[in-house]
Amino acid sequence: MTATTITGRINGRELTLRVDNATLLLDLLRDMGLTGAKPSCEMEICGACTVQLNGLPVSACTTLAVELDGGAVETVEHLDAGGELHPVQRAFLQHSALQCGFCTPGMVMTAKALLEQNPSPTREEVIHWLEGSICRCTGYEPIVDAILAASA
Amino acid sequence: MNVAGTSVPRLDGEVKVTGRARYALDLTVPGMTHGVVARAERAHARIRSIDTAEAEAVPGVLAVCTGTNVAPLDPRFGHVVRDHPALAIDTVRYHGEPIALVVAETRRAAERAARTIRVDYEDLPAVMDAEAALADGAPLLHPERVAGTRDEGLDSGGDGLAGNLCAAAEYGWGDVTAAFEAADLVLEGEYRYPMLYGYAMEPYNSIASFEEGSLVVYSTAQHPYMVREDLARIFSLPLARVRVVVPYVGGGYGTKSYTKVEPLAALGAYVTGRPVRVALSVEESILTTRSDGARIRARSAFAADGTLLARDFDVVMDSGAYTDNSPVVCAKLANRCFGPYRIGAVRVRVRSVFTNTVPASSLRGFGAPQGNLAGELQMDEAADRLGLDPFAIRLHNVVRPGEEILPGKRGIDADLPADLELLARSLGWPDAPEGRGIGFGISASDAGAHPTSVAMVRLHADGSASAAVGATELGQGSRTVLTQILAEELDLPLEKVAIVAADTGVTPYERTTGASRTTTLVGRSLQAACADAKRQARELAGGEDVPYEVAIKRFFGAGGEIIGVGTVRRHGEFQAMPPFWEIGCSGVVAAVDRETGRVRVEQLTTVGDVGFAINPALVHGQDLGAATMGLGAALSERLVYDGQTLANPNVVDYRVPRCSDLPERLDQIVVERRDGIGPYGAKGAGEGSLNPVGAAVAAAVGRVLGRYPHELPLTPERVWRLAQVEASRV
Repeated sequence: MTATTITGRINGRELTLRVDNATLLLDLLRDMGLTGAKPSCEMEICGACTVQLNGLPVSACTTLAVELDGGAVETVEHLDAGGELHPVQRAFLQHSALQCGFCTPGMVMTAKALLEQNPSPTREEVIHWLEGSICRCTGYEPIVDAILAASA
Repeated sequence: MNVAGTSVPRLDGEVKVTGRARYALDLTVPGMTHGVVARAERAHARIRSIDTAEAEAVPGVLAVCTGTNVAPLDPRFGHVVRDHPALAIDTVRYHGEPIALVVAETRRAAERAARTIRVDYEDLPAVMDAEAALADGAPLLHPERVAGTRDEGLDSGGDGLAGNLCAAAEYGWGDVTAAFEAADLVLEGEYRYPMLYGYAMEPYNSIASFEEGSLVVYSTAQHPYMVREDLARIFSLPLARVRVVVPYVGGGYGTKSYTKVEPLAALGAYVTGRPVRVALSVEESILTTRSDGARIRARSAFAADGTLLARDFDVVMDSGAYTDNSPVVCAKLANRCFGPYRIGAVRVRVRSVFTNTVPASSLRGFGAPQGNLAGELQMDEAADRLGLDPFAIRLHNVVRPGEEILPGKRGIDADLPADLELLARSLGWPDAPEGRGIGFGISASDAGAHPTSVAMVRLHADGSASAAVGATELGQGSRTVLTQILAEELDLPLEKVAIVAADTGVTPYERTTGASRTTTLVGRSLQAACADAKRQARELAGGEDVPYEVAIKRFFGAGGEIIGVGTVRRHGEFQAMPPFWEIGCSGVVAAVDRETGRVRVEQLTTVGDVGFAINPALVHGQDLGAATMGLGAALSERLVYDGQTLANPNVVDYRVPRCSDLPERLDQIVVERRDGIGPYGAKGAGEGSLNPVGAAVAAAVGRVLGRYPHELPLTPERVWRLAQVEASRV
């Protein structure tokens, strides 16, 4: 097996890592103890593994770890690094937008990416963005409400 | 009341939004190895031999377990019938069944090794369809039957089962034949409900290790105490030496009821002496458990005034390769299918049948949605044929508060006529918007399962309190609700109480976390434990009512604590079964595109008849979540077999509801009449609002197209075909 040395930022920290070329970004993160992003469908459908790579929401389950080279990844664990919850996280709590919580980190990261790109989305735009994120517990409505509440 | 009845924020909210909540899949233990499953590539075959030599030679591989090389252990599990081998023994009964477990230092090594395992099969004829499996001369899945465990407290069944009959239930009263002869209207129809995959987003996974003579298992399981019994049997250990710990669970919905991959992880640990994780993919999870599909033949007899005179149901369930929980689903389907109506004569026969398909077990609703599809659609059709209003015909026949649905069982603890009125008003019945159809229905489920629950409350020296319960937090919010009850009963602020849950080595016995029972039954055992602790505190203080910390200080001088215990068992007010009825009362407004066959549910109304909402926000969450699962089964979800293999074992081809399927208008009504047996008059929620949704959507579509569909899901193709038939008739 071949490996590559990469340099990238993980949650604000620059790291140089030797990674196996076949290693997925999701496994790299989870093996570092960043277990917020979850494996589920493994086919880029459910969104439970969503992280932001260079600002864009990506499915870490179908992204190779070597793609981090020269870039930056942010996971859900980083959002309250300043000691305060991100507005999206606060809105999820206020709107009861979670139950089992397994999809929640991916939902939060997707919502954060949406609001960075479009600070005042319409309800339709939120629903469109969430098409790649599955929740089996809530019926989605409280998640949509939370994201709208967190928008500008 | 202070905190009961208020939507206090979920206690697990912050750890979940920050990604810090730990699920079984997030845990690691020192020295942990990885188990990967090799699966059968035949639906039915005798295993001549398994060649594991190449797998064993892969660097990093520690062991390869098969059904026979783990002897003298008998790796079979099953809480009703112990017929389900963790690894196939001699015979393969479905495509995808576990054949071998490779344990290796890394997951990748185990995966590579598992691919090299070669099995020499002697093919056997397979039977893929439940009706075919019942025919004379059909290939038999279990020619040698295993006796039932009697664990489940089933009233009957298990004896005299032959052929491919996994379970059977017969039920009824009155003179059905005479009632049908006297009827003004007799309806007869055949209905089909699909086999489903619950898709809990955390796939099945467990970590097992043997430590100091005990088996310790971390798992994503709903019923750790049931898992403990299966593991104790397999490894001949006392219950005291099997510890099953359940952290946060990434979705349950019944799919994580009973034993799944825990025996596999434990076998690996037993053979290697190392901790072993077995973590399945979603595809493998689909190959582990699904729900029972059903074919329902239903006959209903009505008088001209709409009185429901008699019902006669014959149901065949496709239960897959092993027994698992299908006998219980079978029994529930039998007494839920005819609906909460006053009926003079009832005859029900349900047969649960083995086929060479993925084994079926529990899923939210548990037999109710299958039967409800037929029962409720015939109420609609009868109304149409008799020139009556479908709402009025239900109101005319539905049981009144306190009335029995099932002879000898607890009378209904709900006001269904009032619930129906609320539902009809919310839906705007009978005035559907242009081009839309309204559909609605009701159900009543004998919920709560066997009422055994034990809770323990500890009053600490600083005046705080913790409670230990066996219930699992699946996302339903049990930790939050139980914390509210604990604070309420001890008159302490929420910040001074805590719940410890779901660790069979520490927490007291809880039969299951299913059948919507936790708030009601654990709530009651917890209340009893609080009362016991308070009584002790008073005693220690010489009969004086002093703060808990004062009582403890007086008695112990330094440190110390008070432990109160509470139980619920089938006794006294819990003697009558079921412990409570769970009501379903849901409806939809749907649009149908005749050109494409696409159905769009525009409004969803649920009436949550929960007695008392200890946490209203959590009740809303249960009602909407359950109804949304019902929409999935109504519109898109079904597992499809193509020959001997599943055609859609993934979440691309098996379509669960997405955000865009969310109805534009949601009305979630919560009714609180304090008529439940749980704390403060509460009773369970979580399944009810799902149960009538399939029939409701079918009725709405039927009202647009002029004919009621009899089969779910209502995929565009199916609806389009139905529209073509109706168009050609006009």
